[in-house]
Amino acid sequence: MKIFLTAVFMLLSLWAHAAAPQRVVVLGGALTEIVYAFDAQNRLVGVDQSSVYPAATASIPKVGYYRSFSVEGVLSLRPDLILASDQAGPPEAIAQLRSLGKRVVVLSSAATLDALEQRIYGVAGALQLRDDGRAKVANLRAQLKLLANKPAAARPNALVLFSRGGAPEGAGRETAADATVRLAGFHNVLAGQKGYKPLSLEGIAQLKPQYLITTTMSVAALGGMEKVLALPGVASTPAVRQGNVLVLDDLLLLGFGPRLPEAIAQLQRAPRPARLSQSGRGQ
Amino acid sequence: MSGATLTLASPGLSLFTPLRAVLALALVLLVLLLLSLSHGAVGIPLQAMPQLLFGDIPADHLEMQLWQSVLLEVRLPRALFAILAGGVLALTGVLAQALFRNPLAEPALVGMVSGGALGAVGVIVLGGGSFLLLAPAAFIGSLITTVCAYHLGRRYPGVAGLLLAGVAINAICFSLIGLFTYLADDTQLRTLTFWNMGSLAGARWPLLAWLTPWLLGLSLLALRYWRGLNALLLGEREALHLGFPIKALRRQLIVLMALLVGPLVAATGGIGFIGLVVPHLVRMVLGADHRSLLPAAMLGGACALLAADWLARIAVMPAELPIGIVTSLIGGPFFLYLLLKGRPV
Repeated sequence: MKIFLTAVFMLLSLWAHAAAPQRVVVLGGALTEIVYAFDAQNRLVGVDQSSVYPAATASIPKVGYYRSFSVEGVLSLRPDLILASDQAGPPEAIAQLRSLGKRVVVLSSAATLDALEQRIYGVAGALQLRDDGRAKVANLRAQLKLLANKPAAARPNALVLFSRGGAPEGAGRETAADATVRLAGFHNVLAGQKGYKPLSLEGIAQLKPQYLITTTMSVAALGGMEKVLALPGVASTPAVRQGNVLVLDDLLLLGFGPRLPEAIAQLQRAPRPARLSQSGRGQ
Repeated sequence: MSGATLTLASPGLSLFTPLRAVLALALVLLVLLLLSLSHGAVGIPLQAMPQLLFGDIPADHLEMQLWQSVLLEVRLPRALFAILAGGVLALTGVLAQALFRNPLAEPALVGMVSGGALGAVGVIVLGGGSFLLLAPAAFIGSLITTVCAYHLGRRYPGVAGLLLAGVAINAICFSLIGLFTYLADDTQLRTLTFWNMGSLAGARWPLLAWLTPWLLGLSLLALRYWRGLNALLLGEREALHLGFPIKALRRQLIVLMALLVGPLVAATGGIGFIGLVVPHLVRMVLGADHRSLLPAAMLGGACALLAADWLARIAVMPAELPIGIVTSLIGGPFFLYLLLKGRPV
């Protein structure tokens, strides 16, 4: 069995070495960020519109939004590798690229540590940077372990609020925001709901979040910090009364990418004396 | 049926006899097809086209192999799909305008498209997402909304009743679609976002092999209704007096339209305004005789959607615009023009 696996692995690596991709198109901002983390951006010939981090991506040709990318646009860049999020599509377009003989590597977009490691390994493998991939994952694990050394007892309640130009929405379970916030040691007050749903402003006061977490683009979409703090329901929460409002960069909080430790560190940097949460409960 | 042949005098320009107009449109379609096949993010020289389509490609000519795969696997199915969808949309526009006796009737405005969309979304959320389930569900959705629009629209004379019924039906359908979207889980949402685009990007040979005979067969059947449609133009009572079984005709037309629009919506996600703009333009030139209006509108719709898709593909290369944006940008102002032209209601 072992010999067989070794043989397969050697064959695979031989095959891979034969074709080190030099013209890469990425469909999905999270994967673009990983390519940059490997310092392999000189191989990028095209990205999708969700690839906005780092700022240098602006100068790379765009093939449309990753959920509705243009097959011909991708082909015209003559890629030898296409890295795609499993959210990229439509499915016919992915199938078309494959049937035209293009190498398409599809990676999970799930917001779990496991999936993040698979993403990093996947990109590293496809780019012939397996050693870098292993190093990056080891580094990530070490950083997360450091950050996780916090007392689990004090899990303050947090509300994650978003806006994309419309009514404010809250992040429930099974979202990237929820995963990030929980890793940082918060309890998501909206854990009962699934996905991003419009917030019931009446319900927020009931949930008594001690922290309000939001993103820079949401603050801008809602018309500035004062407007956010004055939202009915939000204004009367312990979080706003005690000034515990955290604003993170959108892709940092939502990306669930290689900068995850940075996101967690930013969230943990907020002052959170245990006394404060207890006195909040005592009122 | 007494076989009363009714030919309406054509008020159009005498330069365009119906036959000449149809031939001219066919020629335009051919030119547009060549243009659309040769232009795009990957530039394919026109003179290489015959060899790419019919000849052998030298195995070492990588450039030509890329051209050939783009041409045969991406552009050709998409262009044929645009021709098919455009033709059917314009045809159903003509049928709707005659049936509703209303110049502003159009599959999207009267709720036929949103009904089909509702059926398809319902199937995606409640069941599986296979096209063989989507198409019948979209047909049933279209059928129900068409029947509703027809009966509600008749309660008020003129344009207003039908438009208001369409507004209400569309509102109900879209709110139910919203409800389904709210209930959908992650993978279903994914299917929904891809499906709801209003796009021709899903054009692949297997889909076309299924859709083409269906839509072409039904369209040919629809062309045979020209006498009945002409009679309807005069008024329902007049049509009845001319010997047309008006109730049966009406029922057949509604089912025919739903059978055409439903599966098309299931495949493209709904593309607006072709069914409104094209029949009007053709009528301006050829007059209202359905014998020539039906085939000319089909060709015109095919030209219009093919041109719109071509624009959508080349406007922001290497990305592309959603085709609905292009058709609405052209169709919306035209709709306003029709409203403002101040036809007495």
